[in-house]
Amino acid sequence: MTGAFLAILRRDLRLAFAQGGSVGLVIGFFVIAATLFPLAAGPERQELARVAPAVIWIGALLATLLSLDRLFQADLEDGSLDLLMVGGQPGSVVVFAKCMAHWLSTGLPLVVASPLLGILLGLEPASIVMLAKTLALGTPTLSLIGAVGAGLTVGVRRAGILIAVLVLPLYVPVLIFGAGAVNLAGLGLATGPSLALLGAILLVSLPVGTLGAAAALRLAVL
Amino acid sequence: MLATEALGVIRGERAVLAGIDLTVEAGEALVLRGPNGAGKSTLLRLLAGLLAPATGRITWDGRPIDEDREAHGRRLRYAGHGDALKFALTAWQNLEFWARFEGTPVTAVDTALDRLGLGALGDLPAGILSAGQKRRLGLARLALAPRPLWLLDEPTVSLDAASVEVLAGLIWEHRAAGGMVVVATHDGLALPNARTFTLEKAA
Repeated sequence: MTGAFLAILRRDLRLAFAQGGSVGLVIGFFVIAATLFPLAAGPERQELARVAPAVIWIGALLATLLSLDRLFQADLEDGSLDLLMVGGQPGSVVVFAKCMAHWLSTGLPLVVASPLLGILLGLEPASIVMLAKTLALGTPTLSLIGAVGAGLTVGVRRAGILIAVLVLPLYVPVLIFGAGAVNLAGLGLATGPSLALLGAILLVSLPVGTLGAAAALRLAVL
Repeated sequence: MLATEALGVIRGERAVLAGIDLTVEAGEALVLRGPNGAGKSTLLRLLAGLLAPATGRITWDGRPIDEDREAHGRRLRYAGHGDALKFALTAWQNLEFWARFEGTPVTAVDTALDRLGLGALGDLPAGILSAGQKRRLGLARLALAPRPLWLLDEPTVSLDAASVEVLAGLIWEHRAAGGMVVVATHDGLALPNARTFTLEKAA
């Protein structure tokens, strides 16, 4: 079971970082989307710093969505998904490995890139640290919940928009507590409860995401 | 022994398969024949546990396969229409993934590639292989490690005559070791002492 988990993780990371992989695109999208904002809203520092947490968090949500539609679709198209589902491994192990690879190639680069965007949008150092913390806690949840949407829409043509409609409403709590904690840190207020809630949402989405997506894939393959 | 009893499938309010009774014993080959749309692929997906039957049941040594899907998965090799290849990875990396996924030692990868005549192409990206070479790379999974049941859906598509011979040899060895094979095929894959099961196009 561990062997299968590691095999999928390695393969998906290799593919994500290979030529034509998704990592560069996702970061590029994230940075461009967030830098478009000051161009539209004007360069006033205080204004920008006030909306920066929201901008960066929404940028992270959209960047995650961007790569979700290929999460299982590519495996369905080339026949791998059939073999993964009848490979003698529990579906949830397959899904968990794919979510982990998705986070390592999407969420983690976003966490790493976020301080740069924080500086660009005039956030205080305390807020920048909190931004990275909330993204680190929140983006794994985005991958896990997104996997359910990707699983439900696998095999659907032009699934990207459908996934967005399915999944974005479910991202609301993560967005509220994630961007909220950064705002609180900017005001010098306690952020503990928000971080605890982000952690709790992640813990709930671990079983819900893996088991839910595995069930959805089983329906799709059948 | 693999057996089905009164197997039926409904897709889109149409009965694709109905009343299928078949058995496959150790060492036996069963060739599925029938016109396009007769349900050969569907039957193979059923036997693999990728599809749930609407009626009837499938048993392995007398026990229903859906009792333990994972155990059934570990005893079969399924080769469908897709070759399950990632074009950005090399041929060797593609096969290495499946070896690691199923827990077969990676040393088996080179042997399997050689067996299918792909030994010299291991370092090439799978994407630049020809259609026939891709098919052979997909079929190289069969040679990774023994598993009792092979389910092959049109395995000879885009293979040249020499490669069909290699495949026939693999199947023969597999059967000699007590393996069973169910294969859907239209053309001349020569399998000695194979039984034929003809599917009629459902009305």
